[in-house]
Amino acid sequence: MLSHIVNRVVGMIAVMFIVLTTVFIIVRLAPGDPAAMMLGPEATPEDAAELRARMGLDEPIPVQYVAFLAQMVRGDLGDSIFFNQPVLTVMADRAEPTVFLTLFSILIAVAIAIPVGVVSAYTRGSLFDQGALSTAMLAASVPSFWTGLMFQQYLATHLGWFPVSGYGGPDAGFFQRMGHLVLPSVVLGMVNSALIIRFSRASMLDILSDDYIRTARAKGMSEWRVVMRHAFKNALIPIVTVIGLTFALLISGAVVTERVFNLPGVGSLVVGAVLRRDYPLIQGTLVVVAGLYVLINFLIDMIYLAIDPRVKF
Amino acid sequence: MRALFTVIGATAAATAMAPAIGAQAQTGGAIDVAIIGEPPTLDPMLTTTDVTSIVTQHFFETLYTFDGNWRVSPLLAVDMPEISDDGLTYTIAIREGVVFHDGSTMDAHDVVASLNRWTEMAVRGQGVADRIDSIEATDDFTVVITMNTPYSPLLSLLAFTNSAAIVVPQEVIGEALSDIVGTGPYRLAEHRPDQYIQVVRYDDYASRSEPSDGAFGERHQHLDEIRFVPVPDSNTRVEGAVAGQYHFADALPTEAYQRIVDSTEIEPLMLRPFGWPIFAFNMKDGLLVDLPVRQAVQAALAPEDMLLAAFGDEAFFVVEAALFPDRFVWHNDAGADLYNQADPERTGELLEQAGYDGTPLRILTSHQYEFHFKMAEVARAYLEAGGFAVDMQVVDWATLSERRNNPELWDIYITHSPFLPEPALTSLYSPSSRLGWADEEKDAVLTAFTSETDPDTRLELFTELQRLVYEQAPFYKVGGFNVLMAVAPNLDGVPESPWPFFWNAELTQ
Repeated sequence: MLSHIVNRVVGMIAVMFIVLTTVFIIVRLAPGDPAAMMLGPEATPEDAAELRARMGLDEPIPVQYVAFLAQMVRGDLGDSIFFNQPVLTVMADRAEPTVFLTLFSILIAVAIAIPVGVVSAYTRGSLFDQGALSTAMLAASVPSFWTGLMFQQYLATHLGWFPVSGYGGPDAGFFQRMGHLVLPSVVLGMVNSALIIRFSRASMLDILSDDYIRTARAKGMSEWRVVMRHAFKNALIPIVTVIGLTFALLISGAVVTERVFNLPGVGSLVVGAVLRRDYPLIQGTLVVVAGLYVLINFLIDMIYLAIDPRVKF
Repeated sequence: MRALFTVIGATAAATAMAPAIGAQAQTGGAIDVAIIGEPPTLDPMLTTTDVTSIVTQHFFETLYTFDGNWRVSPLLAVDMPEISDDGLTYTIAIREGVVFHDGSTMDAHDVVASLNRWTEMAVRGQGVADRIDSIEATDDFTVVITMNTPYSPLLSLLAFTNSAAIVVPQEVIGEALSDIVGTGPYRLAEHRPDQYIQVVRYDDYASRSEPSDGAFGERHQHLDEIRFVPVPDSNTRVEGAVAGQYHFADALPTEAYQRIVDSTEIEPLMLRPFGWPIFAFNMKDGLLVDLPVRQAVQAALAPEDMLLAAFGDEAFFVVEAALFPDRFVWHNDAGADLYNQADPERTGELLEQAGYDGTPLRILTSHQYEFHFKMAEVARAYLEAGGFAVDMQVVDWATLSERRNNPELWDIYITHSPFLPEPALTSLYSPSSRLGWADEEKDAVLTAFTSETDPDTRLELFTELQRLVYEQAPFYKVGGFNVLMAVAPNLDGVPESPWPFFWNAELTQ
């Protein structure tokens, strides 16, 4: 067990090194110049070159790479070129909307998906099952930006039930800010529930056809007990996996939804950084997000241990 | 005369230009202003982006500004400067009793330190730096700028809000400002990037006393607070405006015009014309170094079709050769017969004369501004009809901004600009710009234009410069285009400007 955890941690460090290198290379290979973006349209090539030199971007790429790795080892993600603040500070400012949007979306997705998936599997082939599968397919197929725009236009603009966009002004308290997350959470929750419904249904179908389920029924156990205690618990591993992966994807920023609803989260931060070629911010954000992704996967593995005693390392 | 915006529709006009009948203005209140994105910096010296100007003009001020007719007028200076007969010495009296947002009092030493930083750090300041011998404080409230060559656009440069010669306390000056401290009617209260920039009334503001006229004159500070909200997605700006979430929304898509007209929460404002799309030609390297090839491009293009594709309706553009619209004193028709030719036969003749060998013409454009891309697509069709091979290079804006700085990578790039108050504020005519328009006759006219102080002679020289633009085709002005904005019916006093400001705006009941 301990050796497995040590191996996993070593593997995570190796993965992070590959991520760091890949991120650095991709960012530097991409065309575009932060100096030109900052100076604006009237700047001459000479102006841009001068600012690039002041930013240290005229150093040879290998020199910049070594400096970047040294920074990472020290736990220093550098300073954002445009915000003129440490990357971690900039990210911390954007964490709240992204974290709560992720939590709310996952809660909505799970609240929809697991009951629907379980009932679908239990009533396989029924009208409910076919309806649920079709709806899930539709929800997964419709782009989230379209759903977002429709919800925004009808529920926010026309009916005025929700704020249209943003995350509240200077006077907005916690609950007012959370109010701005309701509509985007519903959109993301619906989209992500589709995948979880399919996984829940497939996993439950698999388990419900096992011999021990038939045995449990033969013993006269109630259907509720058979389904929830024996089938559902054993079907949880793939469901937890997909919930974990969805969570990891969402925490890295629901880029499109954040943009449609103008939420100042990690997703819009990354998009803005890419558009402005803010190298330290792109690198720092991607490294943190990749680290979270790796960490969440690790935690999912640990959760397996808790929910399935057959899993041993 | 040079007011830039007009309100479309009788209803819009009635409400936008004046409060509704019976409405009463009130002091106080806060407004939300949707802007096109997060400014790249809050230091307007360091950038020429308009979104920075729109925000920062509320807390930073310059020695001069522009009045409602785009005439240079004093702001932090007491009056217009005393200029020596040879045009080399500008003696500027500085206003006394102007208090920075940190409580310190502005004096000539702050102005000198600020102007020195401007000549070192600002793109426009660097452009004039080699003409300046010295900037000195002769007493606590007098600054003398000594030039080595007469340069008539100097005051326009000192008045402009982008790459701006802002005045800040000398204590905050460094490569980056250590604090956002200005003299403006509002001070920066809080900046949460991508969320809002909150500015609040500065109670110790020392306003000028003349009647308000454009950015000149009294600044009333009716509003308690202005919140600039970056909203990069234009559809989200529309939805927010229609829902009444924003009191003002900048740069909306023209397709949204009818929705805004139909809305009870917001009314349309049209800046007509706002600016001009530009096809910039590379005269440093590649195909367009040859004049006949540039003239062939000029002969091929069909601006009416390009503008129609880009903006969808004639209400949103104007097909016009003049480099300035008729509301500007710079308006003239020199060279207009070479505009809007759309003549494939003439294009073919010019290409034959140039010995064109079929090398693709590289057009660098971006989807960032969708109208650029649409104009490029129409241009390609006309260029190919005239005999050009065209290589469309569609990239993101950051890539375009980098590639256009390397003359080996492009022949034409597409951009746009608002109509600026003074021709010399654009670098397009300069031989040192990325276009590289170097020509003996043009350089002589340009030098005379920037040295001349007599307004009438300057107009004649600019007419000559425009004639040369059409004869030598260093770039192609596609036409003029309008910008759609939206304003709440109860927000009065928003000025007629591509860089709207709100210190004279007020909420009506």
